[in-house]
Amino acid sequence: MAGKPKLHYSRGRGRMESIRWLLAAAGVEFEEEFIETKEDLEKLRNDGALLFQQVPMVEIDGMKMVQTRAILSYIAAKHNLYGKDLKERAWIDMYVEGTTDLMWMIIYLPFQPAEAKGKNLALIIERATARYFPVYEKALKDHGHDYLVGNKLSWADIHLLEAILMVEECKPDVLSAFPLLQAFKERISNIPTIKKFLQPGSQRNPPEDEECTENARKIFNI
Amino acid sequence: MPGKPKLYYFCGRGRMESIRWLLAAAGVEFEESFLETRDDLLKLEKSGALLFQQVPMVEMDGMKMVQTRAILSYIAAKHNLYGKDLKERVLIDMYVEALMDLDELLMHHPFQPADKREQDLANIVDKATNRYFPVYEKVLKNHGQDFLVGNQLSKADVLLLEALLMAEECKPDILAKFPLLQSFKARISNVPTIKKFLQPGSQRKPPIEEKDIPKVMKIFNVAQ
Repeated sequence: MAGKPKLHYSRGRGRMESIRWLLAAAGVEFEEEFIETKEDLEKLRNDGALLFQQVPMVEIDGMKMVQTRAILSYIAAKHNLYGKDLKERAWIDMYVEGTTDLMWMIIYLPFQPAEAKGKNLALIIERATARYFPVYEKALKDHGHDYLVGNKLSWADIHLLEAILMVEECKPDVLSAFPLLQAFKERISNIPTIKKFLQPGSQRNPPEDEECTENARKIFNI
Repeated sequence: MPGKPKLYYFCGRGRMESIRWLLAAAGVEFEESFLETRDDLLKLEKSGALLFQQVPMVEMDGMKMVQTRAILSYIAAKHNLYGKDLKERVLIDMYVEALMDLDELLMHHPFQPADKREQDLANIVDKATNRYFPVYEKVLKNHGQDFLVGNQLSKADVLLLEALLMAEECKPDILAKFPLLQSFKARISNVPTIKKFLQPGSQRKPPIEEKDIPKVMKIFNVAQ
């Protein structure tokens, strides 16, 4: 069943954005069908298209794949972005789980009570600069390679770049104490498939605005 | 670096329980180092043993592995519990991710404030019986095999059994409408390594008791 993967989600980043990033980095063209209203989501559910009644869902290789991490792992393995052996995969998994936790704090921010926003933002920056970024800076320093694992581009690098750019949207100079991450950011951004994805007009989504957040609330009953 | 894996966590289920289940099912003996106080956790952090300053952490094969999913995937792949190819792996991943969502609800239930507990329990039972269990019942019905994926034991079966038993602790007759899950439960419980783990005296942990909740919240610095 050849044909482009088809992504089912609402507009905006949410849980689908990392999947868009990974497909784009792997050079895979994809289509998107946007859930605009609650009724759209209900229709997908009633059609039996969503194994656990949830999106993201990606139609790919004859499957209706759900669960963000399952989808990401599949794409990574299929496109040689998952290391060469079990140990490299373990490291990629560990690194990706770290960047997932960090990005989740940011994705969830608009859905937190408005009065806690300042405090939550401060926590994001603190975690980024004290818990997560030092780990990746050190990994790069210890082996001196261009990529996080196995001297080769992997899902971990793509995910880290996505996380770095997201945190920079919160605080532009957040990488000031991390010279190797700054160089990493330039280097990975210049990979042709990623460079293309970073250009205007690509399927990359901008940060969530009020309207997008409101719409997500309505569709997903948050 | 041979030697048994060593698990670092508090003496309770939490996020480490699935790892205990999987190691036990794979027939791997393991040791445990229990965090009793917040100081124990801080000491472990200071020693640089925790990549992201968090537990679970499992020392195995020369690595200090962290992140529950990374650890589970490694153990599954190493011990042939991850399917035979990419398509089987993705099915296992889909099934397991959903079980982990259900597990999050179950894990947090005892920590809910008393006035929210009844509603939380209702939500858990609703999700279990309307969203998750029907899927696994249908999978078993459709292929008629003993195991969820690829006609052989995998991480998905182990974690499903764990979830079924935990759900029954919340509501003993929760499997009433799921005959295939009932026989699945009996069947998988009888896999020798798993049967052993289900016996008293194993490293399986009991549900957390009310009196231990403040202690655990202190270790993880959770506001009460």
